[in-house]
Amino acid sequence: MTLENIQERIREAAGRGAALCIRGGGSKDFYGNAPRGEILDTRTHAGVVDYEPTELVMTVRCGTLLADIQEILDAKKQILAFEPPHFGAGATLGGCVAAGLSGPRRASAGSVRDAMLGAKILDGRGQLLSFGGQVMKNVAGYDVSRLLAGSLGTLGVIVEVSLKLLPRPPEERTLKFELLQAKALESLNRWAARPLPVSASAWRDGELSLRLSGAASAVRAAADKLGGEAVAQEEAARFWEGIREQSAPFFAGDAPLWRLSLPSQAPALALPGEQLLEWGGALRWLRSRAEAQTIRAAAAQAGGHATLFRATQKSQGAFAPLTPVLARLHRDLKRAFDPAGILNPGRMYPEF
Amino acid sequence: MGSALPEIDFQRQKQVAEALRAFLPERCVLWAREDTQPYECDGLTAYRRVPMVVALPETEAQVQRILRTCHALGVPVVPRGAGTGLSGGALPPGDGVLLSLAKFMRVLRIDPLARIAVVQPGVRNAAISDVVAPFDLYYAPDPSSQIACSIGGNVAENSGGVHCLKYGLTVHNVLRVRGYTIEGEPVDFGSEALDSAGYDLLALAIGSEGLLAVTTEVTVKLLPRPEAARVIMASFDDVEKAGDAVAAVIAAGIVPAGLEMMDKPATAAVEQFVHAGYDLDAAAILLCESDGSAAEVEDEIARMEQVLKAAGATRCTVSRNDAERLRFWSGRKAAFPAVGRISPDYYCMDGTIPKKRLGEVLNFIGAMERKYGLRCPNVFHAGDGNLHPLILFDANDPDQLRRTEEFAAEVLEKCVEVGGTITGEHGVGVEKIDQMCVQFGAAELDMFHAIKRVFDAKGLLNPGKAVPALSRCAEFGRKHVKAGQLGHAGLPRF
Repeated sequence: MTLENIQERIREAAGRGAALCIRGGGSKDFYGNAPRGEILDTRTHAGVVDYEPTELVMTVRCGTLLADIQEILDAKKQILAFEPPHFGAGATLGGCVAAGLSGPRRASAGSVRDAMLGAKILDGRGQLLSFGGQVMKNVAGYDVSRLLAGSLGTLGVIVEVSLKLLPRPPEERTLKFELLQAKALESLNRWAARPLPVSASAWRDGELSLRLSGAASAVRAAADKLGGEAVAQEEAARFWEGIREQSAPFFAGDAPLWRLSLPSQAPALALPGEQLLEWGGALRWLRSRAEAQTIRAAAAQAGGHATLFRATQKSQGAFAPLTPVLARLHRDLKRAFDPAGILNPGRMYPEF
Repeated sequence: MGSALPEIDFQRQKQVAEALRAFLPERCVLWAREDTQPYECDGLTAYRRVPMVVALPETEAQVQRILRTCHALGVPVVPRGAGTGLSGGALPPGDGVLLSLAKFMRVLRIDPLARIAVVQPGVRNAAISDVVAPFDLYYAPDPSSQIACSIGGNVAENSGGVHCLKYGLTVHNVLRVRGYTIEGEPVDFGSEALDSAGYDLLALAIGSEGLLAVTTEVTVKLLPRPEAARVIMASFDDVEKAGDAVAAVIAAGIVPAGLEMMDKPATAAVEQFVHAGYDLDAAAILLCESDGSAAEVEDEIARMEQVLKAAGATRCTVSRNDAERLRFWSGRKAAFPAVGRISPDYYCMDGTIPKKRLGEVLNFIGAMERKYGLRCPNVFHAGDGNLHPLILFDANDPDQLRRTEEFAAEVLEKCVEVGGTITGEHGVGVEKIDQMCVQFGAAELDMFHAIKRVFDAKGLLNPGKAVPALSRCAEFGRKHVKAGQLGHAGLPRF
């Protein structure tokens, strides 16, 4: 489907008031509230528009496979700094930006939103709008492109994105430590306050894994300082992939999976269920059948929020409720971008 | 440009001042001309307007009440931090209230373990790094005005600095902004976690130039101070070669902590002023910094030096100690005041371009110098493509002022033409409002206005800034016909 086809489709649906479910590879169908509406497939609007390694910028159409992008970047020794989870072979860049989910490197290298430089969207009227650009610094107009990251397609069909890239770190090394949760949290925060090249962390069941990335000399010096047990390269690569793609054993089974985003130093939460920590303590995965209210209250109490990430039913809503003022701003923003309310309605919050 | 004598409506002034005095102490409300005059402009002194009333609240509750009062009375409100902005974002309303956050100067909380500081908006950028220095932490964005500019203003403008290629802009280093809407409703954008539920309103608020909400509290992210930092000062006999050297450094997989360029006229102006030891014979000099662990810096400096030499550097000097490193930087940081000493006035531009078009744009600027008969030294955040050409002129000569304006407009439009932007970090304010019509089409501008209405339906918060009215663009489009042809015919117009 060309851009014009997508545009036509939106206009036609807006005329009828028919809900559209914007979908790339469908790898993130599970995320957010249940998708509904007629499928609008974005996969045919694909391809790299521009890639200039010396500018550290890539411009890509929404239907481009994440896997293809990574292969192209790999050839030039560059990476998407936010290390996005794919959650399936068909994952597209459009879906990656719309979901706004970042992987293990997020705490040190920033999120999807942080890498956004510009975007083109088709809004709910089918208008093609272009925000931001292909340069690192740009303060002309409101920063709508960053607003799109994590908007779940509710503000527009994201058709093209320009992203900031980073050079691939020349050296990576993973260390393992035996630590209880409280001690692991304390260590992670203490290490983060020191100039150490920590690029990922994961704690599970008394074992903390720490990935160092950077110049060989920096990684070596940090590994010497930190101690711990070195993990073989291949095993480490498999381990981090398991965390990123949620193929690790912790993520198997059918207990609801909660994603708690908290201040990194927040103490260990006393909630029923198993936990896996990432991002230096700022991301906590919880397998728990506890009440949504209990989990959300604990997350809010700790200064963060809880998302019902994977579950067979999400009647309590996937995302933490907003304050009345923020809820009004959300509804009105949605209306500004999509007056007919046809783009992924209900995917983020039931009321829009 | 130019200043207009204010047409203050004295009856209205009395009404508004009295409404504010009902809950603010006398010291917090200024309306006598001699008291309001100092607020007539920000760092962009070419635009001046005396505010009708100045409010200097001391508490959040007062801010809230000022906003409620102004909203009820339909009075425009312009927030102001330290007033160092370079695009006239804090140009006061002649018929409204200038809301100064200058008294919000407290650091509320430092949490070294969480690596955050909660500060009031009037806290100076550099003061944050100073106060957290005992913990070996710092706040990364470092605009050149950092000794004076406030964090509230940094949030409004999404300020950058010389280290943002590696460490990001304000938007990458702020976790949470607390503020009030024009209706006086408290809002929290972001949190102390790395993300929040719903839309990323924090990203929308940062860089919104005070049009969406008034900031009263900012939570910033602090970074560990790198163990070591060294800078290479490299000379080039040609500016394009220096530009290519920048690309070569990036292509080598290095992200320098700072990567700055100055051309010969800029270097000459600066050297007289700070005696940084710059090579006065070079057509351009590059400052290329590495930071990290001591071993890493050694390695990276060696690699950078190799790349720079291969790219044609005629001289490379590496700082031997921190004092020397800071001396090399002092010239770059003092570039604006230094240029201020060699000319009665200067006009600073802020376009960003893809780095590969640098040679072309610098040649264009050279042609404009000849066309308008004005000199224009260039300083350049080379790592991220952000240009600061400085047009030298004398504001007392109206014709020079006019030529400067036209010169600047042509350069900014060139930036858009090569795929860049009219403002990298200084904001649109009132200064570049016409160039917004070149940067964006009617549909985008319409959407910006719609976003504004979501936060401020009556359009009272910092009106007339950042986003041009469509009618203004239509007018600009009509005036902007060069030699019978519309400039950049390929750009969407209306």
